[in-house]
Amino acid sequence: MRFRRAQPGTGTLTTDVPVIRMCGVGRTYPGPPPVHALRDVDLEIEPGAYVAITGPSGAGKSTLLNLLGLLDRPSNGTCELDGIDVSRLPERDRSGLRGARIGFVFQSFHLLPHRTALENVMLAEIYNHRPHAARADAAAMALIRVGLAHRIHALPRTLSGGERQRVAIARAVVNMPRLLLCDEPTGNLDSVSTATLLDLLGSLNDLGLTVIVITHDPSVAARARRTISMLDGRVVSDSQVAPDHPHNCTGAHR
Amino acid sequence: MRGGRTVADQSSYCLRDLATESLAGLAQRPGRSVLTLLGTVLGTGAFVAVLGLAATANGQIGKQFSLLSATTVTVNDVGVPQSSANEGGNAYLDDFPADADMRVDRLNGVMQAGVWWRVQLNESVISTSPYAIAGSQNDNGGLPVYAASAGALRAMRPAVTTGELFGSFDVRNAEPVVVLGAAAASQLGISNLTAEPVVFINGLSFTVVGIISNAQRVTEALSGLIVPTTTAENYFGLPQSIDPPQMVIWTRIGAADQVAAEAPIALRPDDPHVFQAVAPPDRWSIQGKVDAALEELFLSLAGLSLFIGAVGIANTTLIAVLERTGEIGLRRSLGARPGHITAQVLCESGTLGLLGGLIGASLAVLLVIAVALAKQWTAILDPAAALFAPLVGAVLGVLAGLYPAVRASRIEPLEALRS
Ligand SMILES: Nc1ncnc2c1ncn2[C@@H]1O[C@H](COP(=O)(O)OP(=O)(O)OP(=O)(O)O)[C@@H](O)[C@H]1O
Ligand SMILES: [Mg+2]
Repeated sequence: MRFRRAQPGTGTLTTDVPVIRMCGVGRTYPGPPPVHALRDVDLEIEPGAYVAITGPSGAGKSTLLNLLGLLDRPSNGTCELDGIDVSRLPERDRSGLRGARIGFVFQSFHLLPHRTALENVMLAEIYNHRPHAARADAAAMALIRVGLAHRIHALPRTLSGGERQRVAIARAVVNMPRLLLCDEPTGNLDSVSTATLLDLLGSLNDLGLTVIVITHDPSVAARARRTISMLDGRVVSDSQVAPDHPHNCTGAHR
Repeated sequence: MRGGRTVADQSSYCLRDLATESLAGLAQRPGRSVLTLLGTVLGTGAFVAVLGLAATANGQIGKQFSLLSATTVTVNDVGVPQSSANEGGNAYLDDFPADADMRVDRLNGVMQAGVWWRVQLNESVISTSPYAIAGSQNDNGGLPVYAASAGALRAMRPAVTTGELFGSFDVRNAEPVVVLGAAAASQLGISNLTAEPVVFINGLSFTVVGIISNAQRVTEALSGLIVPTTTAENYFGLPQSIDPPQMVIWTRIGAADQVAAEAPIALRPDDPHVFQAVAPPDRWSIQGKVDAALEELFLSLAGLSLFIGAVGIANTTLIAVLERTGEIGLRRSLGARPGHITAQVLCESGTLGLLGGLIGASLAVLLVIAVALAKQWTAILDPAAALFAPLVGAVLGVLAGLYPAVRASRIEPLEALRS
């Protein structure tokens, strides 16, 4: 499995262009009273990064992630995805980018209850140009990839929490996105499932996928090579852990 | 890519996916979908059924009520039969005056009119040979013999195959002439008049003057022999009450009612009640009016149920949208555009309408066929009406889905996913 690289003509010319570049981004929820959920955030995230975002409740982590995932627009500042300024793009273009380049994993899974694991994964394919004939295979491959080869046709309610979250990850990566955004993906999972999931995220990152995880769990944050701490809508620390094994982020995916 | 913009990734949603996803959405809540269909089924079904039943009934009326029957008046002799000792105790009827034809002919709107009856013959022998014996091979005694005035013969609207009809001269002089119905002619073996054929009835000779192949107003005349009334009275006696005499009148279009009212008086100013004039049933106008009123009622009921059906679809679709806020947010996060969401909601409501129309039209067609079968009518249904119903349903469904669809497209993925 290889993940999407920036393509010529899409605004990026080299792999050195950051996946994310935020300049002076703020997000104010209109009141009353207005809530300044994000204030003046500058952020760059390199391709292939594995980033944890931590901070107390209400610090603005989810707000930041929603901006990164084009689910929300900043009140001020600019936000670039692969060098494209997305903060002022029309909604249809943002939808296209979202579907093609971004995968989401939510704390509460968001699987459709009436559809099997395979069908849930295939839901991500219908908006993304993949020919019908190739869809089931691609979805099955994604499920095998997350270790659910034996539960491909199971309905969500027959799956454990950890398995459901892995279906969600399969759905998030089936379109080979650039960026995987996870908002407390282990929030509803026990420690064993958490470990499995972290292994999975690690291996996806090893394949070149940029992973950003919001977490309250130090063991989850420990897996990341970069940890961003937030408080009151600001980035208060941004620490890069020296990689425990040399990791060439350009060499891993081409 | 549009207008040189740098964005290459555009999401897509092909028709096949749109259809599959919409059907899946409907199948997800089958009970509710079926209940929602009811209004549309009733509405479209009622429309098609009313149109079909009206067409079928009208077709039936049209069949019974032709131009022919609209221009036919018959006058029956319902007087008291006279007994006569010398006629073997048989009662006879002769209330029609001798100049009956002339009296009625004078009325406005009468084309032809005349008296006719079936002649009662005991053990008749009818043959082309004077020596035929009753029951022998060349005896055709079973053939009916009719007496008709010149006017009656013409009012029957006969088609003359060969020869001619006897005229008033023959009637006045009680000539021994006969006109053969086509069936009788072939039974007697007479097909042309070149040999001046003669038919013997009970040994009395009658010259064949013509053969007719049709007699629209008195179809039974085709199977028999027709002689002038005076001749029949002279040779075979007065008409008897078993087969009472009747006057047949060919009227102009629209004059039938008037003629029927006037004829008995014209015939017997002293005692018109011995006659009963039968005008064609005026079903066209009466039944037409009833049908139109009923049709209007049913069509407005159908319209009402269509409206209720549309409201039902709108309601169900809106509830489904609100219930599926999370799903809609998820789809948006997977790349669906607001327009894709709109399209899917419209497709779901349109499909509901289409299904309702299909089921309604099918039930209506079955109903029309069942009614037609039960009444032994011919089922008539404009195929356009049956095919149009699903289309109307679909359009209605789409219209009903407009508001829910706009609501759905406005759902913010962020809000939707937070729940
Ligand atoms: N839609 C909204 N309208 C108004 N205020 C909001 C809205 N969404 C978030 N906020 C506020 O913005 C601030 C940041 O919220 P955010 O969800 O980003 O926090 P968080 O760091 O993700 O917290 P948690 O760890 O509890 O998920 C909070 O004070 C929150 O109340
Ligand atoms: Mg949060």
